[in-house]
Amino acid sequence: MGTVRELVRASARVLCVAIPAGFLAIFFLYPVGSILVRGIGVGGLERLVGLPGRGSFRGVVWFTLWQAVVSTALAVLVAWPGAHLLARRRFRGRAVLRAAATVPFVLPTVVVGGAFLALFERFGLSDGSLRLTRTVGAILAAHVFFNVAIVLRTVGTFWEGLDTRPEEQARVLGATPWQAFRWVTLPRLWPAVAAAASIVFLFCFTSFGVILILGGPTRATLETEIWRHAVFRGDLASATALAVVQLVAVLAMVVVANAMQRRRAVGQVPVRRVLPRASSRLLVGNLGLMAVVLGMPIAVLVERSLTTGRGPDAAWSVRNYAALADRVDLLPISALAALRNSLLFAVVAAGLAVLVGGLASLVVVHGRRTTSRLFDLGLMMPLGASAVTVGFGMLIALDGPPLDLRSSRWLVPVAHALIGVPFVMRTVVPTLRSIDHRLREAAAVLGASPARVRRDVDLPIAARALAVGGAFSFAVSLGEFGATSFLPRHPDRLTAPLVLFRLLGSPGEALRGQAMALSVVLMVLTAASVLVIEGWGRRGSVRGDL
Amino acid sequence: MTLRVDGLSVAFDGVSVLDGVDLEVAEGEVLVLLGPSGCGKSTLLRAIAGLERPSAGRILWGDRDLTDVATHERGFGLMFQDHALFPHRDVAGNVEFGLRVAGMPADQRTHRVARALQMVGLEGFGGRRVDTLSGGEAQRVALARSVAAGPRLLMLDEPFGSLDRVLRERLTEDLGVLLRRLGQAVVHVTHDHDEAFALADRIAVLGDGRILRNGGPADVWADPGTVHAAECLGHENLVVLDGSGCCPLGRLGDGPGTVLVRGDRLTVDLVPVAGGPVAEVLGTTIRGGRTVVALDLGGLRLRAWSDGSPSIGDRVGVSVADGGVVPLSR
Repeated sequence: MGTVRELVRASARVLCVAIPAGFLAIFFLYPVGSILVRGIGVGGLERLVGLPGRGSFRGVVWFTLWQAVVSTALAVLVAWPGAHLLARRRFRGRAVLRAAATVPFVLPTVVVGGAFLALFERFGLSDGSLRLTRTVGAILAAHVFFNVAIVLRTVGTFWEGLDTRPEEQARVLGATPWQAFRWVTLPRLWPAVAAAASIVFLFCFTSFGVILILGGPTRATLETEIWRHAVFRGDLASATALAVVQLVAVLAMVVVANAMQRRRAVGQVPVRRVLPRASSRLLVGNLGLMAVVLGMPIAVLVERSLTTGRGPDAAWSVRNYAALADRVDLLPISALAALRNSLLFAVVAAGLAVLVGGLASLVVVHGRRTTSRLFDLGLMMPLGASAVTVGFGMLIALDGPPLDLRSSRWLVPVAHALIGVPFVMRTVVPTLRSIDHRLREAAAVLGASPARVRRDVDLPIAARALAVGGAFSFAVSLGEFGATSFLPRHPDRLTAPLVLFRLLGSPGEALRGQAMALSVVLMVLTAASVLVIEGWGRRGSVRGDL
Repeated sequence: MTLRVDGLSVAFDGVSVLDGVDLEVAEGEVLVLLGPSGCGKSTLLRAIAGLERPSAGRILWGDRDLTDVATHERGFGLMFQDHALFPHRDVAGNVEFGLRVAGMPADQRTHRVARALQMVGLEGFGGRRVDTLSGGEAQRVALARSVAAGPRLLMLDEPFGSLDRVLRERLTEDLGVLLRRLGQAVVHVTHDHDEAFALADRIAVLGDGRILRNGGPADVWADPGTVHAAECLGHENLVVLDGSGCCPLGRLGDGPGTVLVRGDRLTVDLVPVAGGPVAEVLGTTIRGGRTVVALDLGGLRLRAWSDGSPSIGDRVGVSVADGGVVPLSR
């Protein structure tokens, strides 16, 4: 009897480790490994060494770098006043603003691309001397839109927890408000700023959909070049070489970002204080800035989706939405059918991510030291590696023996789940860690077996975190474009973002209108899934500690 | 020069925290603000420093009205409870901060920092990181930082709040010596009456946002004025009298009310006098070398200083010596 139970327990423990490890190995490590093996293997290395000699390659690397640097700087600048407002002032609607500012981050890149196209068209910036479409300006604007939320969350949250007394002390000692900020606030805030900036930089460096849609053919980054070579030209060798460069660059950045993250954790003494009320000038200025940067593209997108006809014929109507059910010539399926695919994939992806991420979190929190470290690092990797790397790796690794999954319809949700797992772990691990171990001991003393303790103590407490992580995975999957655009496609299993991308690239008023309507639907679905879950219980958030 | 606070009121969201406070502190004088936590002591200091905006009243230094002057232009020093040392600067970097913002050249700063550290007994601590300091050291660094810039008024907000009792008592003595030497105007905030009596030239008792009593330590102690002030000052025998001014100790007043029966004027007779009040001994302790006896007298709890040491359960006589009864107002 006892041995049977022990056997069950041991196999449960093995499964806890084996499922996440296997998932990661097959769908991430093996594909990424394939990129590396092909890239530095026979024939590959020569190509790799030859890369820097090519002017086009240097141009792509240079553009990838500088657009990321400028995007990051702009995002930090634009988010700064808002972070200060959220951290140091009290006003009605603070919680709403905080939640609303998160929305852009979860929006699908394709939707944001669409929103900015609509914005430029609306204000006559899509052609003529003030043209923004297909310029760097468009890319930078969209990157700021996306990443303001990260800075706002990371810096704002940290700032809020920062003791105010050192600043007051500085003021009493004769420092002007600026001196107090410069010498006392900023140095303590710096780790959070650096952490936020490094993450934003990583996202901008690996940005894909935005650049493809807004940059046009002349603006290429490493990501879009990998895609162009692999999918457009079928030149897998060049794509592999570029992917190796990308992998190494990203790895270096993740290491730096991690080091900064670690430094951030030091010196936090949470202090609750009655914050001063925000002056109306500060409030209006801030809300105005956010309305322009974050609200405007969304507002214009919604407006455009509800308009048919152009110029004098323009009229309010829901025809664009009705048209989503019709199949257009250029696409194999209707937008509505694609949405159905996306929803199904998203449910599967979220379920997988919760299962794998939940088990991995258990191992990280309760596993042996080295296993725990490996899991923490390993399963976070897909978040750092770009979606394009994930997609491209799967493309070249899983399309022939020993693993031929090319025909599997589940490859897309699996890729999405891989990207979702880090989100689940980011919410679940801290929650599991925060459970007082005496609770478990108390349950054990009362007669609960280890499995029982997991079920009756850990699971109920971690349930909300699992749900939040699952919702994020769901939203990420709904909008995922980078990885999906590489995966083998059956025409009838296109996802909504892929359909949207095609629609955005096609001429014609009717198609553009449909694209906008589809953007709005995707936006509402992703934003709602995250906001509903975040509103429920409101404790901790995914972005806060990213 | 004198600090004058005139009818100062502070409210948070319409809830009054300070309500018409008047104060004066002259140069070379140590004023101790005594009151329980939440009575508005810290708010008063913060308002004087310019960190809270008063809803009414004025703050003056000499003839100059500072009410609308920015914090950094007031030239006051405020030492926070828990010190608020800058975690990203070492000890010297903390101490020199005020001099730095005042634009003092580096070589002069070094000299002044060394002197300030020497003054608080921390020579050579300049290069230490602040998170390696013990509680007492951190407290002294904060003090050095506050005095290094030579503020014309020094304010200390529960500077010993987080320290253990023994350290507290020693540092209180050191601080007293230091404050005399500096000769500045000082406002010291505490909830601890022992600390107040050890440091004060004058004590102001604060309760519910008002000054309840303001005077020399001996006067304030002997005649607290109100029940609340008596409690803040550590008096224990607050006796409620009935309609005819009577209590188990006898007739102590002319009518209903509360009186303070000073423990040092309450005599304990190990052999009760016939016909006099008899109390039961609930417990004894030694305070400052003298025995303090806790008594139960017909339901009235009293503490009395005693020369002998009775045992728990003994029945003893109690009587009040001359001047032992101080009438209090509500």
